[in-house]
Amino acid sequence: MNKDRLILRTRFIDRASHWFMVICFFLVAMSGLSWFFPSLNWLNGVFGTPQLARILHPFFGVVVYVVLMFLFVRFVRYNLPEREDAIWFRNVNKVLAGDHSQPLRIGKYNAGQKILFWGIMGLITLLMGSGVIIWRPWFADYFSIPLIRIALFTHALAGISLILLIIGHAYLAFWVKGSIRGMITGYVSRTWAKSHHDRWYQQISNKSEKK
Amino acid sequence: MSLQSQDIIRRSATNAFTPAPRARDHQAEVAKLIDVSICIGCKACQVACNEWNDLRDEVGHNVGVYDNPADLTPDTWTLMRFDEHQDENGKLEWLIRKDGCMHCADPGCLKACPQPGAIIQYANGIVDFQSEHCIGCGYCVAGCPFDVPRISKKDNKAYKCTLCVDRVTVGQEPACVKTCPTGAINFGSKADMLVQAEERVSELQGRGFAGAGIYDPQAVGGTHVFYVLQHADKPQLYHKLNPDPRISSAIEGWKGWLKPVAAAAFFATLAGTVFHYIGVGPNEVEEDEKETQV
Repeated sequence: MNKDRLILRTRFIDRASHWFMVICFFLVAMSGLSWFFPSLNWLNGVFGTPQLARILHPFFGVVVYVVLMFLFVRFVRYNLPEREDAIWFRNVNKVLAGDHSQPLRIGKYNAGQKILFWGIMGLITLLMGSGVIIWRPWFADYFSIPLIRIALFTHALAGISLILLIIGHAYLAFWVKGSIRGMITGYVSRTWAKSHHDRWYQQISNKSEKK
Repeated sequence: MSLQSQDIIRRSATNAFTPAPRARDHQAEVAKLIDVSICIGCKACQVACNEWNDLRDEVGHNVGVYDNPADLTPDTWTLMRFDEHQDENGKLEWLIRKDGCMHCADPGCLKACPQPGAIIQYANGIVDFQSEHCIGCGYCVAGCPFDVPRISKKDNKAYKCTLCVDRVTVGQEPACVKTCPTGAINFGSKADMLVQAEERVSELQGRGFAGAGIYDPQAVGGTHVFYVLQHADKPQLYHKLNPDPRISSAIEGWKGWLKPVAAAAFFATLAGTVFHYIGVGPNEVEEDEKETQV
């Protein structure tokens, strides 16, 4: 791999955080599903035993939350809504068809990725808040039973929504060839950047020309 | 370990397609009838419960009322609740209610429990926690409409009255029933207990307790522990006994419609990704010659 011809898209600290969080999220999501769909109770085997899973799930959940908040600080400036996002929305059918004939003025992240970003950050915050309320034996005793009932429902709904979002995220990364390599090595090709994130590519090129 | 029996009719976190063993479920439903109007508040039932179940709760403090300990705990499965009530004519009444698990026909704890077999319901109506399967999540606490289960600090598992399932299984009455010196606690088939309760209610009504009645809440399918109350029209007088107990709509939704909706969403999402991929094909970009050949 000749890095001169490639563009650094994601730095090591962000990639390391991402993949560390992926492992923790997988364990938390599997154990969570094991309680939401009790017929899939075996999924909590990822933590050893049902009792261990019940103890460890919240701690790993907090790790996911903390890492995501770090990534929030790192990435929020690229994920603020911009006027150009409207172009992406208008052409969402072409995007889903994989049609790159027309440049869509896409910045570092496209409008769909921005929605994903805010969806993940919002849902993990909801999960963290409701999770504390139902966390035994440490915190649940400080809250009233009616509040715990609402938190249980909210936690399940937010958890399912987040897992669905992540399935979509992982699929799109798999669909758009070069994305997963980008998240592992950090580098993407110039052509990849040009066709998927044209405005970001322009910004990067302008910067390197100035040098 | 749990007493092995095959007369389990419901098992927590178990799909209806794969129910509990049900060959031996031809049994009469049992019930414990607590006649509040006869209770003298001696707490013998509390002591008998501790004796039989080998529970030794910490001796509590006097908090200004006779209740001791002040609340149900993981080591106190039944508790006398004392309330003073003054009626319209200024007459003082001392209302004493034996609190504990009601053994609902439609148990909220069992509905909420996520661990297969940690809560079971026997054909005779007894709802029992299988503590060795309990994971300590506390969902039963949220599921219960009567605020009964308690999580132990010793082992982080949930506990409550078993209706002395180990005694009932071998043909004995629960320990509290056996020890009650006034006959305020009775045990038998639910049908017999209802007849006895109705007789007592009409007796009480004849003596001027116009509001006397049976507390056997139907919104939870009726209960296998039920009360005769002097003021059944105002159950909240008896230490805030819930006039209309039912499983909360948050629990019903979470364990009800949310599950099939979520399952459908999962199938739709996964099917969508598969059909999109084989329909549209991988999203690849042609690398320029000069770039790839470096």
